[in-house]
Amino acid sequence: MRGFRFWGLVPAWGLMVATLMVPLVIVALVSVAERGAYGGFAWAFTLEPYKEILFSEDWDGNLVFDPKYLAIIGRTLALAAATTAICMALALPVAYVIATRTPRMKAALIYLVTLPFWVSMIVRVYAWLIILGNDGVVGRAWAALGGEGTLLFTSGAMLVGMVYSYIPLMVLPVFAAIEKLDPALLEAGADLYASRWTTARRVILPLTWPGLAAGAILVFVPALGTVLEPMLLGGGKQMMMGTLIQSQFGGARNWPFGAAVALVLMAMVVLVLIANARRAMRKEARA
Amino acid sequence: MSTQHDVRHYPGAGLVTWAFFLWLYAPIAVVIWFSFNENRLVSVWSGFSTKWYAAALENDALLGALRTSLTVAVTATVVATLVALSAAMVLTRHADLKFRRLSETVVNLPLLLPEIVIAVASLILFSQIGFTNGLARLIVAHSAFCTPFAFLPIRARLAGMSADYEEAAQDLYAAPFTAFRRVTFPLILPGVFAGAMLAFVISMDDFITSNMLNTGGTTTLPVYIFSLIKKGTTPELNAISTLLILASLIIATLALAISARAMRRG
Repeated sequence: MRGFRFWGLVPAWGLMVATLMVPLVIVALVSVAERGAYGGFAWAFTLEPYKEILFSEDWDGNLVFDPKYLAIIGRTLALAAATTAICMALALPVAYVIATRTPRMKAALIYLVTLPFWVSMIVRVYAWLIILGNDGVVGRAWAALGGEGTLLFTSGAMLVGMVYSYIPLMVLPVFAAIEKLDPALLEAGADLYASRWTTARRVILPLTWPGLAAGAILVFVPALGTVLEPMLLGGGKQMMMGTLIQSQFGGARNWPFGAAVALVLMAMVVLVLIANARRAMRKEARA
Repeated sequence: MSTQHDVRHYPGAGLVTWAFFLWLYAPIAVVIWFSFNENRLVSVWSGFSTKWYAAALENDALLGALRTSLTVAVTATVVATLVALSAAMVLTRHADLKFRRLSETVVNLPLLLPEIVIAVASLILFSQIGFTNGLARLIVAHSAFCTPFAFLPIRARLAGMSADYEEAAQDLYAAPFTAFRRVTFPLILPGVFAGAMLAFVISMDDFITSNMLNTGGTTTLPVYIFSLIKKGTTPELNAISTLLILASLIIATLALAISARAMRRG
């Protein structure tokens, strides 16, 4: 069996090196390459693609500061943060109610939370396209209430789609944290004349915090790279980093610039993951 | 104890939860409901009809996309499950292994990195090395991101199973592979099955990678659905979506039920 210790892991390492690590190195190389004349790229070393994120050329060929891509990065961060915050606010009461049911009911409700996650992302986003559209249930209610224009193609529509896509990833860890909570602590709170809400704030929330933090990572990271919500619900005008990257390999065809934006997105994700790993390590050291 | 005096009861939380589940399933219900709409306009109801399902089943482009999706998903599932099984065997049975945590992170790497970045990276690599076979490109990429979904249930099952059985088999002079085939594998089969089904669903449902690597001849079902959405929403699109929803829900439910049952027994 000794040989298997090595050979058993070779397929997994081989697959991930070939399909993730090597490609990422090449993306890094392309992000400092020159733009090809007919799409694609030519090997070189230039920081031009990164400069393009911040600057653009004016009529005289001078580089001037241009915040249009910075705005996209800002929108990406803002929407991912808002998605995470809304998911937290929703998951707390829902996970709490689920955790206080009978074991059978708990299992059934958790199953119901997980299930939509397995439905194709494109179908889930398409569903919101129908609902929010001018003929849709919510779209018509909006018009009847005197709302102007369409609900689609706004940041709000994207936010609804993102919360809908990622909420199961928040409910599950928060539920796991609340389930571990000792009910005696809540009774102790009540015995000491704390109101329900004081107990919620001073007892439940601090003890649920690890679950919320885990959920925040699980939601925030994929939300940063989300593509379908801005593409369909944002209507292509409200770009996010995911759609910006994608567009550089489609119609606009500036591969080095697309690779540079992809690396910036990677760096943001890695920073979040490192911060999370350090937090987990500090917690382990304390325990 | 009435609910007013129950310290565990929070007024309003139950209502939020009900509203939450309604909101979670309403969009899926809307898609399914309007797939039976007789009207050409998707959200203007004018009568019950199953004609869009008949139209979908006669749509050659759709059937072609379905065939591509199934080919990719079945192959990627087999590859991902074998890779995951082999890695899980090593990682759960050798606590003293060097780079154990690192290896585990590597297996789960596709879950940590943004899919769009990986998709773009694969596109650049594949076009650089002249790897142009569309179907093979999809199979390789899908195998990678399906691996963690196959790995997690298998590892959970292996971790919940005592190593005593394998040791007993080896004490009885079973060769390592015989011990695996006759003892370990039958015991972890529910985990392997659950993992394979989850990998299959993830591959069938994928849009971002399949769209990025699409060469024209290898349109998968979600990519085809996307092209229909771009052309405008129709009840036929809802009928196709409904079929995909039902397939995903049935397979995912089976997988979750099998792994839950296996956990209870273990």
